[in-house]
Amino acid sequence: MTPTAPAKWGLRGLAFGYLGLLLLAPVGMIFYKTFEHGFGPPWEAMTSPEALHAIQLTLLMVAVAVPLNTIFGVGCALLLVRRRWWGNGIIDAIINLPFAISPIVIGLSLYLLYGNDGWFGPTLTEWGFQVLFSWPGMVLASIFVSLPFVVREVVPVLQEIGTEQEQAASTLGANGWQTFWRVTLPAIRWGVAYGIVLTTARVLGEFGAVTIVSGSISGETETLPLYVAKAFEQFQEEAAYAGAIVLALLALTTLLLMSVGGRRAKVSSNPVPSVAEVPVPISNTKEGS
Amino acid sequence: MGIAVEGAHKRFGDFQALDDVSIDVPDGSLTALLGPSGSGKSTLLRAIAGLEDLDSGRVTINGKDATRTPAQKREVGFVFQHYAAFKHMTVFGNVAFGLRIRKWDKAKIHDRVHELLNLVQLDGLAERYPDQLSGGQRQRMALARALAVEPQVLLLDEPFGALDAKVRKDLRTWLRRLHDEMHVTTIFVTHDQEEAMDVAEQLVVMNQGRVEQSGSANDLYDHPANEFVMSFVGEVNQLGDHFVRPHDMEVVLDADDRTAEGLVQRIVTLGFEVRVELVLSDGTEVWAQLTRAELQRLELREGQIAYLRPVQAKSFNGSSPSDPDGASTPLGSHDGGDAGLPAAV
Repeated sequence: MTPTAPAKWGLRGLAFGYLGLLLLAPVGMIFYKTFEHGFGPPWEAMTSPEALHAIQLTLLMVAVAVPLNTIFGVGCALLLVRRRWWGNGIIDAIINLPFAISPIVIGLSLYLLYGNDGWFGPTLTEWGFQVLFSWPGMVLASIFVSLPFVVREVVPVLQEIGTEQEQAASTLGANGWQTFWRVTLPAIRWGVAYGIVLTTARVLGEFGAVTIVSGSISGETETLPLYVAKAFEQFQEEAAYAGAIVLALLALTTLLLMSVGGRRAKVSSNPVPSVAEVPVPISNTKEGS
Repeated sequence: MGIAVEGAHKRFGDFQALDDVSIDVPDGSLTALLGPSGSGKSTLLRAIAGLEDLDSGRVTINGKDATRTPAQKREVGFVFQHYAAFKHMTVFGNVAFGLRIRKWDKAKIHDRVHELLNLVQLDGLAERYPDQLSGGQRQRMALARALAVEPQVLLLDEPFGALDAKVRKDLRTWLRRLHDEMHVTTIFVTHDQEEAMDVAEQLVVMNQGRVEQSGSANDLYDHPANEFVMSFVGEVNQLGDHFVRPHDMEVVLDADDRTAEGLVQRIVTLGFEVRVELVLSDGTEVWAQLTRAELQRLELREGQIAYLRPVQAKSFNGSSPSDPDGASTPLGSHDGGDAGLPAAV
């Protein structure tokens, strides 16, 4: 049944209104507030040593956590989908843990584990590793909270593409490694890309867990979200808004990079539309026998 | 030489996919594995390719024991029902895949790929992507990809199953001709007996994980080993213990001691052939295949009484439904002789 024109426009209006009120208005407000008095004040705020350090530290979190979680995520998804064994159910459940637990609880549990009274803390301190109140702890927290995204995005794509292309590659003489790089990875690249975007966004914005393990030491263990929160508490509104804008821009950049990269890949795989051929339905039928 | 499978067993959970299967495929031949779905034919083909491990049994390819050889090293060309095209590669990239894995140099790959694309009549489409091809073109691309690496054997798993009837017929003829030129030992799986008889020199009929019979199309049609083969290879009517081909059913208007009475229920004209469906006094439904001329001579109408006289019938009483050894079933027939229709019918 096709909805009538008024109903259609009504629904569209509702969707836009809802999104506008809940998402666009707050973000727009931040932009407005930041640039209320021109570009000067936010620029000044963001070029202070503390702010620059916070940006650097946040980027470091992304640079470490995102590649690690991507490699782990793709490998784990392959294990879950391509190998059937009894441990799969357990792994599947554990991977969802970071979604289920509040980040603040994650932070606390890391604190307990690596603190001076924790299981690992004293030994690591003895060996000269400072985990808590230092960047290794913050990286651990970032990895923890953003771990499921790549797995969750890649698993359904792997299931969707099936195993026939991989089998074809093996009959053509490709070993496991060659099959992965030449067949599997190109086929799942969209899932991986989307997983990376989500992981990056999560690491950029992580607050709860990092607050606990970092100690939030200004100019040392303060990431951008922590910087924004502190600035806000101390009524340095310009710095807070400017920091928020930088965070938003970093996330947007990731999203843009991915969709530009993705579009390029898509264009190259569809240079000309199908012509002069009997249209063939794309069959997703899975073979049973 | 050729391909031999001996005593193959394969179980998936509770399902016995292969139950002591042995087949012998002569070097350079074109063999069809024919059977209904779930008969184990695809599993057998995949076991030959190394895509499935056997629980027990042996696979020999060109005299070498390949049972423990991974698919990657078996040098088989495999064609899948749903093409298994590498969607992110062009037609050229797909066909070149095996050659690039083998690290051929660029110029040689270029020549070989175009040689094969010529062979499968896709030369103008080298830069297309698989989703810009029709089903028939994709399957020819898949075939070129499999042949590019000069495999010792070519295995096709229901290669025409996803194509429409017209394209399927064209490709069949084309495969037949290709095989005549290349002489690579070829096995293809199908559930379509007409397709198997049309293309293959040798047929292996499978049912419930076992080989029921193997031989040429004529052998199987004329001397089926059992009920299953008789009814799977060609059409059949059952009259008591006897099996009669529809074209061996004579329709007459006068009764004698070898005829059975039937009511003509439906007359279907399929071009030259006419299908006359009758129901016998005991409720058995049968059909006879006549020519149009015969129908006109008899002046048959729906709803009238006619008499059936089987010209040739077979009975498999006393013979087990399948060879207990499961070994390459000999071509011997269990022909029940020229028994007429029993009076009981």
